[in-house]
Amino acid sequence: MTETAPVITVSNLIKQFGRFAALRGVTAEFSAGKLYAILGDNGAGKTTLLRTLAGLNRPTSGQITILGAQKFGDICHQVGYMAHSSLLYDEMSGRENLDYFARLYGISESARCTQAIRAVGLDPDLRRPVGQYSQGMRQRMSLARALFNDPKILLLDEPFSNVDIHSATGMVHLLANIRDQGKTIFVVTHQASLLDGTADEFIWMEAGQIVARTLDLQQTARTT
Amino acid sequence: MPAPTGIMPATLRKDLRLEWRSKDAINSMLFFSLLVVVVFSFSFDPNAEESRRIAGGLIWVAFLFAAVVALNQTWAREIRNQVLDAYRVSPAPANSLFLAKAIGNFIFVSVLEALMTPLFVIFYQLRPLGPTWQLLIVAALGTWALVVNGTFFAAMSLRTRSREIMLPLLLFPISIPALLAMVQATANVLTGGGARVWIALLLSYDLVFTTACLLLFETVLNAE
Repeated sequence: MTETAPVITVSNLIKQFGRFAALRGVTAEFSAGKLYAILGDNGAGKTTLLRTLAGLNRPTSGQITILGAQKFGDICHQVGYMAHSSLLYDEMSGRENLDYFARLYGISESARCTQAIRAVGLDPDLRRPVGQYSQGMRQRMSLARALFNDPKILLLDEPFSNVDIHSATGMVHLLANIRDQGKTIFVVTHQASLLDGTADEFIWMEAGQIVARTLDLQQTARTT
Repeated sequence: MPAPTGIMPATLRKDLRLEWRSKDAINSMLFFSLLVVVVFSFSFDPNAEESRRIAGGLIWVAFLFAAVVALNQTWAREIRNQVLDAYRVSPAPANSLFLAKAIGNFIFVSVLEALMTPLFVIFYQLRPLGPTWQLLIVAALGTWALVVNGTFFAAMSLRTRSREIMLPLLLFPISIPALLAMVQATANVLTGGGARVWIALLLSYDLVFTTACLLLFETVLNAE
């Protein structure tokens, strides 16, 4: 396997909320064109790590370098972020939501939004407001929202939660295709088996630290 | 990468569309103001002269309280589904969001004023003895004074547990100079005097606080 230069470097990253340390000195490098599954129990620090990479949490100390930049604002247009919540307005249709968010990225061609909605298996002409979508549809529209700007790095927090197995498998195939185009994908999930055979690396977190990185789900953990 | 353009109008259009569909803010403001007009008209039975003296205070206090309802709604829809995070991870400038929200609130409160002022005139038998056009300027400047600070402080109290209480606690004390100018200017025009001094005060107030809010909003938006 050829090693590529890291697109993300995290060095001794600490994030504290008051006295509670959600991340305790995370140090790691992540390469381009790989799909990383971040696993761990609730409270392990997975979401905090993802939010910190997405520039939503300011690190208490430590350094993050993404695509050569240390300031998230410099590369934010190259990052797609999907949170646990939908990040969509319930009163607007999926298409209206994406058209609005596309404007925030300076994208005026609606073809990009149409393409993103089709990629997740939804109908771009669906006029129903997002509030009336099923949970699975909402998750997929949320993924489309993270994809429309064709990001180099995709940060996904629990993308498969409340999604039926058929749709979840479809999402995994889509993510594999995106990864094969050279994009780097991080997936925080409790449904690791869905990514078995697709993820390039499984990152195990515990108590705010990366405790192991394994190449497949069954492999004995090798500590970093 | 330069910041995308046209975000402020796009965000304003989105907010107007959301309000048109939900009518959350405008309905609550209208019912609240209507109650104030009716309750006050039953509580006092002033003659025409007394009405002219007290109407300025009654009108502006009613609009101030009603505006708080709209101001809380503005940001409430941004934290539902954590949509604000989608804005924060985008390259869109913070001030575009702030201006769109402030202008949106200005439109909502102005619509309320346009609908409620005739009722105040009827219930309190008001007939201005001074230059009426000055009242229009006072209304525009006064409304902006309320909404610009209100939008800012509503964003500031967004992450506090009791934000509905927090907003008036922060907004009312800082609005006192503007409120005083609005009440005095209105009373002066109604009783036959001019309001030039108070208009100048309101203009200065608006300039100072709009600048301060624009300078500080990014910090407020990204606060954890």
